[in-house]
Amino acid sequence: MIDPDPSAGLGAGLSLRREAETAAQALPPLLLAAEQLAATVQMGGHGRRRAGPGEEFWQYRPAHSGDEARFVDWRRSARSDVQFVRDREWQLAQSAHIWVDDGASMRFSGAPEGRAARPQKAERARLLALALSVLMIRAGERVGLTGPLAPPRPGRAQLMVLAAQLAAAQGVADYSTPDVTAITPQSRAVFMSDFLGDLGALEAALGALAGRGVSGVMVQVLDPVEEEFPFDGRTIFESVGGTLRFETRKAADLRARYRDRLAERRARLAGLAQAAGWQFSTHHTGTPAQSALLWIWAALERGAR
Amino acid sequence: MIVLGPLGFTAPWVLLGLLALPILWVLLRAVPPAPIRRRFPGVALLLGLADEAVQAERTPWWLLALRIAALAAAIVGFAGPVLNPVLTAPGQGPVLIVADAGWASARDWTVRQARIDRALSDAAASGRPAAIVLLSDPPPTAPTFSEAADLAATLPGLTPKPWEPGTELPPLPEGRFDTLWLSDGLARPGRAALASALQTHGALTVWQPATPVLALGAARIDDAQVSVPVLASAPPRVPIEVTAIGLDPAGVERELARETVDFLGTTQAVVRFDLPPELRNRVSRFEIAGLRSAGAVSLTDDAVKRRKVALIAGGTAREGLELLTPTHYLRQALAPSADLIDGTLEDVLLAKPDVIILADIADIAEPDRLAEWLEEGGLLVRFAGPRLAAAETDTDPLLPVRLRAGGRAVGGTMSWGAPRALAPFADTSPFAGLAVPADVTVTAQVMAEPGPELAGRTIAALADGTPLVTRARFGAGEIVLFHVTANAEWSTLPLSGLFPQMLERLAISARRAAPEAGDLAGMTWVPQKLLDGFGRLIGAEGAPGVAGDVLATAQPGPALPPGLYAADGRAVALNALAPDRVLARADWPATVTIEGDTVPRTWPLKGALLAAAVLALLADLIASLAVGGRLSGPRVGRAAAVLIALALAVPLQARAEMDPARAIEAASNVVLAHIATGDAGVDRVALAGLQGLSDTLARRTTVEPSAPMTLDLENDDLALFTLIYWPVTPNQPAPSAQAYAKLNRYLRGGGMILFDTRDADLAGFGTATEAGRRLQALAAPLDIPPLEPIPADHILTRTFYLLQNFPGRYDAPIWVEAAPPDAEQAEGMPFRNLNDGVTPVVIGGNDWASAWAIDANGLAMFPIGRGQAGERQRETALRFGVNLVMHVLTGNYKSDQVHVPALLERLGQ
Repeated sequence: MIDPDPSAGLGAGLSLRREAETAAQALPPLLLAAEQLAATVQMGGHGRRRAGPGEEFWQYRPAHSGDEARFVDWRRSARSDVQFVRDREWQLAQSAHIWVDDGASMRFSGAPEGRAARPQKAERARLLALALSVLMIRAGERVGLTGPLAPPRPGRAQLMVLAAQLAAAQGVADYSTPDVTAITPQSRAVFMSDFLGDLGALEAALGALAGRGVSGVMVQVLDPVEEEFPFDGRTIFESVGGTLRFETRKAADLRARYRDRLAERRARLAGLAQAAGWQFSTHHTGTPAQSALLWIWAALERGAR
Repeated sequence: MIVLGPLGFTAPWVLLGLLALPILWVLLRAVPPAPIRRRFPGVALLLGLADEAVQAERTPWWLLALRIAALAAAIVGFAGPVLNPVLTAPGQGPVLIVADAGWASARDWTVRQARIDRALSDAAASGRPAAIVLLSDPPPTAPTFSEAADLAATLPGLTPKPWEPGTELPPLPEGRFDTLWLSDGLARPGRAALASALQTHGALTVWQPATPVLALGAARIDDAQVSVPVLASAPPRVPIEVTAIGLDPAGVERELARETVDFLGTTQAVVRFDLPPELRNRVSRFEIAGLRSAGAVSLTDDAVKRRKVALIAGGTAREGLELLTPTHYLRQALAPSADLIDGTLEDVLLAKPDVIILADIADIAEPDRLAEWLEEGGLLVRFAGPRLAAAETDTDPLLPVRLRAGGRAVGGTMSWGAPRALAPFADTSPFAGLAVPADVTVTAQVMAEPGPELAGRTIAALADGTPLVTRARFGAGEIVLFHVTANAEWSTLPLSGLFPQMLERLAISARRAAPEAGDLAGMTWVPQKLLDGFGRLIGAEGAPGVAGDVLATAQPGPALPPGLYAADGRAVALNALAPDRVLARADWPATVTIEGDTVPRTWPLKGALLAAAVLALLADLIASLAVGGRLSGPRVGRAAAVLIALALAVPLQARAEMDPARAIEAASNVVLAHIATGDAGVDRVALAGLQGLSDTLARRTTVEPSAPMTLDLENDDLALFTLIYWPVTPNQPAPSAQAYAKLNRYLRGGGMILFDTRDADLAGFGTATEAGRRLQALAAPLDIPPLEPIPADHILTRTFYLLQNFPGRYDAPIWVEAAPPDAEQAEGMPFRNLNDGVTPVVIGGNDWASAWAIDANGLAMFPIGRGQAGERQRETALRFGVNLVMHVLTGNYKSDQVHVPALLERLGQ
C-alpha cells in the first residue's frame, strides 16, 4: 500500500482551515469593534426609566382629561378623591430595523492606505449599525434588518445573525434603495447610506413607512473626499460599480457646483426626513465613529419621546 | 557644413525638421492632456455639469512652448551644431611651414607637431607641395618644395633647439606660396620683417598659443639667499612653482627645494630660496615645475656656490689694530661671497672647509691632518709674512716651493731699488686675462729657492721675474703660496681690485655678478653638460670648446649651445635665456590670420542641446502632471516628505562627538554607566542602582566612583567607562551599526557589560519572555564568547567577598564567559587555573539595579524578599556588585593567588 503524499494532504488541510478561519474571522472583529464602540455609549440607556408603554408598574398619576376610563386604576382611586391612572414603565417593545446601504458606491474610501487611511463608507456604516444593534439589544430591544432575512429579535444571539448578514451584504448596483416591505408598523428604522442615488425611491419608501407609523433616523455616511471634491485637471470620474462615467476638462472648476448640488441634496434629504418625522444627519468617515453613534442613539431617543 | 555667424552645422538638412514645428504646435494644441481616471461615488451629482472655460480643454500655451522648445533643441542638436567651426579654405600653390622651434616652443612641441602634421596632410590631400623651415636652425639655402606626405615622415625627427631663433631673415623660396607660421608667441626683432617678406609671397597664417611663455633667469646669491628671476611673456594667472634640483648625499639627483612665486599681474618675479650652505652648494639647476623647456631651466655655476673658507692667522690680533691684522683684507674680500670660518686649525678641519687660508703661519699645528685634508681635494692658501720668512721651511711639505730664509725687501728706506711692479700674467696662468694695475707694488717678499720646477709652479711673478704666487698640487688638492703678506705691509696688492679677482680665479671666492668678458677671456671653455630644447641635460662629449670671449657674449645660439662650461676648476653656466632678454608677447599685423589658442576653440554643441532637450522633456513631464492635477494627493505628499527627510537626514547624520566636559568627567575617575533603554522608569532605577553600588563601593573599598552616567551609545566614547549595566526591556530600540562597532571594540578592549533581563531568568535565556527575546536580538551583533552558567570556582566568587550566589531582587544563576576546556584544578587550591582576562559579559535576570537602588536620602527604593532574609539578599546583591567592579578593575588578580605558595616558598629561600 502506498501512502498518499503526506505533505500534499497537509497542504490541502491547511488551506481549507485557513479559508475557514478567514471566513469566521470576519464576524468577531466587526462584532468586537461594535461592542467596543457600544461600550462608550453605555450611559444613554438609562433614559427609559419613565412612563410609557410596557408591562411593569411605574407610577400612579392623576388622570387627565383624555385618559380613557378603562385606564383608571380604581383600587388606587378609591383611596382618595381624585382618580389615578396606573402608568407602566416604558418598555421598548418596539422593533428597530436597520438598513445599511450595500450599494457599490459605499465601497469607497478616499484614502484606502497610508497613515491617515480611512475605512470604506460601507465598513463604517456596518460598524455603526452593529454597534447600535449591540446597544439596543443590551437595552432589551429587538433589532433586525429591513430585509426579510433578519427580522427583529431580541437577545445576543441576534447579534451574530446581524453581523453575518451585514458582512455578507455585497450589492452589485451602484446605488441601492431600502427594502421596506418587511418593516413592521410602529417600529423604528435606521437608514445608513450615502444617499447619492435616486431620491425618488427613498421618498417613496419614507412615505410608505410614514403610513405605517414608522419613524427613524437617516444617517448619510460620506467620505471627506466626497465633501471637499479636491480634484483638479482633466479627469474621468467613474462610479465604483462602473456604470456611470463623467469626464471633465478641469475638475477644479466643478468644485463649487458639485458642493452646491451636494448641499442641495442634503437639504432635500433633511426636508424628506422632517416631513416623515425622521431625524437626519451626515457622518464623515474622517471623524470618529463614536460621535455618530452617540448622535444616532440620542436621535432614536428623541424620536421615541 | 553651413555656417551661420559663429555656428556651423555638420548636418544642416536635419534643420528642415524645424519646418514641422508649426504643424506640431497645431496638433499639440488640439490634443488635450490625458485624463486621470478616478473612482468617485459622487459622480451621480456631477452628471449634467458642463465645463466652464473652453480653453481649459487645451494644453496651456507655455506647456506647448516648452514641448516645442524641447523638440527644436533636439532637431538643432541632431543637425550637429559646432561653435567656432574650423574652416579650411582651399588654397593653391605650395605651402611653406615656418616654425620658431626655439626653447619657447618646446613645452607644446607635440601640439605643434600635430598642427604641422595636419597642415601637411591637408596639403597632401589637395596635392600641394610643402616645405618646412625651422627658424632656430635655418637652412643654408632656400628650401625646395617637395611632396607633403614625404615631409610628414620626417616630422618626428624635428626637435626644438635650446636657443631662440635668429633675427636675420632665412633664405626663402621664390614664387608664390602660402605660409603657416608656428610662432612661439614671443616678440623678437626680425619677426615683423620676416612676416612682411612671407606676405609678399602669399597668405600668412600664424599659429600661436595664448598661454604665456615662462622662463627662468640666472640664479644669483644675495643676502645669503638664492634668488632666481622668473620671466613671463604675459602675467600668468596661477602661481608658478620653481624647484631646485641637485644631488642628494647619496649621489642621486632629486628635488632639493620647492618655492612658489605669484606674479601678481606682472611679467617678472623673483623666487627666493633660503637654503643652508650645504644644500645650496648641491643645487645644480632650477626648474619651473612641470614645464618642459630649456628656458624653464636655470643652471647654476660658481655664482651660487659659497665656499667655506677657514681663515687662520698667526699671532694674536691686537685690539685696535684691525687694519694691521693679517686677515683683514682677506676677510673684506671674501665675506660677501664665501662662508668664513674662524678658529684653530683643529677646529676648522672638523668643519670640512673648501679652502683653508693660513696667513703668515710657519708652524702648522696639525700637519698630518691638514695633509690628509689636502689629499682629499682641499685648497690650502698660504700668505707669507715675517714669521714665515724667519722660519726654517726646508722641511715643510706644505709649501709649493722651497723658500729661502729671510726674504728680501726692495724699495725701502734702507735699500736702493724701487718697489717692484707685477709682470703681466702668462697665458697658462689661471690669472690670464686679468689686467694688471700699475699701482700695485711689492716692497717685500719671500724668495723661492731656484729649481727646475719653479717656473712651472709660478702663476704670477714680479716684473723682475721673481715669483709672487706659486702653486703646486698635493694629492687631489692644491697648495697656493702668496709670497707677500695678506695685509698691506709688504705690498699694495691687497689694496687693489686685482686681489679679489685673483682670489676668484683661484676659486676661493665665488663670482658675485655675471661673468664679464675679462673674467672669461683667455681661456677655452669646455662644455660639461648641454641643455636640449626640452630642458634636459645631456652629455657634451665631442662638443667643441668655446673661447672665453664668445662665452662672454652669453647669447646662446647654434655656435654656443646653452649648458655648463668649465675651465681650470671654474664653472660657468650659460642659460637658454639670454641675460638681458625681456619676454613680451608677439604682435602681428592685422593682415595676418591668427589661429591656435588665440581664437575661440571649436565647441560641438550637439551634446549640450540634446541634454537641454531631455531636461525640457523632463520639465514637461512634471508640468503635464501639474496641469493634469496629478501633482496632489497623499502619494505626492509622501514622496515630497521623503525627499525633504532625505535632505534633512544628511546634516542630521553629522552629529557631535562626545562633549569634552563629559568625557573629562568620565575619564577622570571610575564611572559606572548604564545603557539608556528608552523606558524612563527603568532608566531611573538603573541610575539609582548604580548610584547605590557606587556609594557601597566608596564606603567599603578603595574604589570611589564618580556619579554614574547614562550612556549615549551613539556619541559617547565607551573606552572611558569601566562597567556598563544594560537593563533589557522588551521594546528597547537596537543601537545603530556604529554603536555596535563601538560596543565590540569596548568588549575587546577589556570592558564589561552586565546584561540584566530583569525577569528572574524565567526563560532560561530562551525566548519565553519578552526581555529574553529582546536580549537575543540585541546581543546578536556583539562579539560574545561562548558562555556557561557561572562555575562555583569562578573568580567572581572571590574578587572581594566570598560569594556563591549572585542575587538581585531575584536569585537566579548568571552566565559568564566559559572557561577553556583544558582548565585544570590548581594544586592544593579549591579552584581551577582559569583563563586570563575579564569575562566580557555577565548575563543574568536578577534585576540588580532594583536591589542596589537608593533614593536621594540613601534609602533603598524597593523592598526585597521578606523581612530580615530580604535585607540579607540585598546585602548579597551589593556584594555581588562590589565583586563585579573589583573583577573589572583587577582582572584575574585573585586567580593569581594560586601562585602564593610558590611565591612564599621563593621568599623563604
